[in-house]
Amino acid sequence: MKKLLILLLTLCLTLGMFACGEADVDPNAKSEGTMTYAEFAAAALDTEVTIEAFVQAKQGWWTDDQGISKATFYTQDGEGAYFIYDMPCSEEDYNKMSVGTKIRVKGFKAAWEGEVEIIDATYEILEETWVAEPTDVTALLGTDTLINHQNKFVSFKGMTVEAANESGAAFLYKWDGSGQEGDDLYFNVSLNGTTYSFTVESYLCGSDTEVYSAVKNLKVGDKIDMEGFLYWYNGVNPHITSVTAAK
Amino acid sequence: MRKLISVLLLLAVMASMFTGCHGTKGLPAFEIPAEFDTARNYEITFWAKNDTNKTQTEIYAKAIADFEALYPNIKVNLRLYTDYGKIYNDVITNIATQTTPNVCITYPDHIATYLTGTNVVVPLDELFVDEKYGLGGSEVKFDAPTAEEIIPKFLEECAFSGSHYALPYMRSTEACYVNKTYVEKLGFTLPETLTWDFIWEVSEAATEKDAEENYLVNGQKVMLPFIYKSTDNMMISALKQLDAGYSTDAGEILIFNDTTKKFLMDVAESTSKGAFTTFKITGYPANFLNAGQCIFAIDSTAGATWMGSDAPLVDIAEEDIVEFETVVMGIPQYDTENPKMISQGPSVCVFNKADSQEVLASWLFTQFLLTNEVQIAYSQTEGYVPVTSKAQESAEYIDYMSRGGEDNDLYYDVKIKAAQLLIDNTANTFVTPVFNGSASLRSAAGQMIEEVTKSIRRSQTVDDAYIEELYADMTSLYRLDGSRQTGSGEKAELGALPPMAVGLITGLVVVWGLIITYAATEAYKRNKKKTKN
Repeated sequence: MKKLLILLLTLCLTLGMFACGEADVDPNAKSEGTMTYAEFAAAALDTEVTIEAFVQAKQGWWTDDQGISKATFYTQDGEGAYFIYDMPCSEEDYNKMSVGTKIRVKGFKAAWEGEVEIIDATYEILEETWVAEPTDVTALLGTDTLINHQNKFVSFKGMTVEAANESGAAFLYKWDGSGQEGDDLYFNVSLNGTTYSFTVESYLCGSDTEVYSAVKNLKVGDKIDMEGFLYWYNGVNPHITSVTAAK
Repeated sequence: MRKLISVLLLLAVMASMFTGCHGTKGLPAFEIPAEFDTARNYEITFWAKNDTNKTQTEIYAKAIADFEALYPNIKVNLRLYTDYGKIYNDVITNIATQTTPNVCITYPDHIATYLTGTNVVVPLDELFVDEKYGLGGSEVKFDAPTAEEIIPKFLEECAFSGSHYALPYMRSTEACYVNKTYVEKLGFTLPETLTWDFIWEVSEAATEKDAEENYLVNGQKVMLPFIYKSTDNMMISALKQLDAGYSTDAGEILIFNDTTKKFLMDVAESTSKGAFTTFKITGYPANFLNAGQCIFAIDSTAGATWMGSDAPLVDIAEEDIVEFETVVMGIPQYDTENPKMISQGPSVCVFNKADSQEVLASWLFTQFLLTNEVQIAYSQTEGYVPVTSKAQESAEYIDYMSRGGEDNDLYYDVKIKAAQLLIDNTANTFVTPVFNGSASLRSAAGQMIEEVTKSIRRSQTVDDAYIEELYADMTSLYRLDGSRQTGSGEKAELGALPPMAVGLITGLVVVWGLIITYAATEAYKRNKKKTKN
């Protein structure tokens, strides 16, 4: 009887691992003709690139004036991250691409205000799935090596909320407070005497998300841990997806 | 026979119900009420655009508060946008469900598309001259401008399809913000009027590097000598200056011509030398200008507060800002004796509603946006110009314009010079014809520059064959083959039905199907009974 139980448990565990679809996934495995992250990083701007990566977040799906549907994705493999900007994508495929979905993307490497991205891209949905663990980059804030983690899913630990404007608000709607509910939230956090501007990008995390509410409830002086994506706009400008009290 | 009549009646009722769906019949045309009913309360929505500028937001809020104080029975709900395109998309979506805002900041090109629905936008001509509630009318509770006090050129821009469908709200043009320090360092002297040849030549000279790949002019690794923010405007202005085809007033597309091709080739040549790029490809002209990485930054005069070493608004780290002399000039010209520059800036339209009193309330608020207090305050937030002579000639505005350079905030000299540029050149401004599809043509004009620039950067060949293919692609993508230009008086597709409407129609079909089945069953039973009896 015991043997039977052990056998059944082993079977369940094995099946469970297969069901996850991640157990044997090598996030750095590439098909022929696909670049490694190192090759992508070394590629010159405006050159054609083909990468394979796993979707880590979806930043909105929309249809432009000409009826072309587009979407923006944060994607990542085991080595680095790729920001796929405004890629033509049907709503059906957009819904198929959940966090972890592997995609092959062919497009052009570009940089807009310092943010490296892949534009004018096409894609193919692949079978495997893999979800990245956040990389703790707290210690890299203010260093030249932080940019090597651009677009990655990252975490920041033990930062202090600072006033976002002269009147002492803990956050602003839009960078200068000119926005309203539903717009991007901007808030300042400091570490070791240096203050950084972080953002809740409304297309990535809208007003109905936990992080949007959490940031609206912040108070100057709060100690917080955060997770998000290492977006760049003339310097680091993380797009935060989670805020919790510092542990 | 009675059964037949019943069935026919039933069918008629069903048909009338279905044709009433999706707003195809539209609202009745607006008629001005004899009196504004102040005993009733009204709630109107105002969709406004701001330039991500807190002061502009505050001015809207104050305008609303001041208006509501005058008209306590009218409540104005503000919804803010920072993008005209988003307003346009949202209005189009809301036309289908008859949930448009009451008042909306928009562009005439966009209104032309809104007009494809029936009585969607209120023609304002009769309202302008209404004795009681017209511009400066006897029953208007504030000091509104008269029609004659609106700058005629700006008012004309709101007239198309036989009526005025908007009021101008603010006007701007494009300016070339020049790093004069670098122009002179390169051995050039700024002419009185910029020309395209001058800009191409200086920009090319600025691409020279030293052995370490640093640009000689700024000693940096980055130099993008010429950046154009709106490539739509770039193409449109160049064609206007060259008196080349763009479109006719009726919507005939003329842009795919040899002059356009020649201009695209100039863009390609400059791009190949690293001398030209665009906002969409690289980023904001102001950021590169202020970092000493751009010499000619062309952007709206409504972006002047971001331009220059001492700009009150900055988007780059303080340590990256470079000191240089900023000169505000008009955009480059082909014929310096006959300069042409675009007129742009927000206009405001009133959407029709079933309740004419609600429309009148909306009109009163629209008119309030043209009072001196709103006009002057808003124009001071950027390089905007008030749209009324009443405001432009007021002592307050004249004093403001005379104080350029007193500080780097309200009196920031680059901003005031940018506004002065438009005041001095109002007669030289132009707008493009407005028709259903003109917004698409405008996008196509800019997209051609974007495509050529990207292709050159990607080492692709841009030649005659490329341009011919580009023309075909643009024609297809932007539906410029004539299939879309239906004229504003005709119906056009409003797109797919929204899911809620689909659900409602499906529900109606099911309910009527059940009713018919029930009726048929009952009739059959009665028939059977009769037969039995």
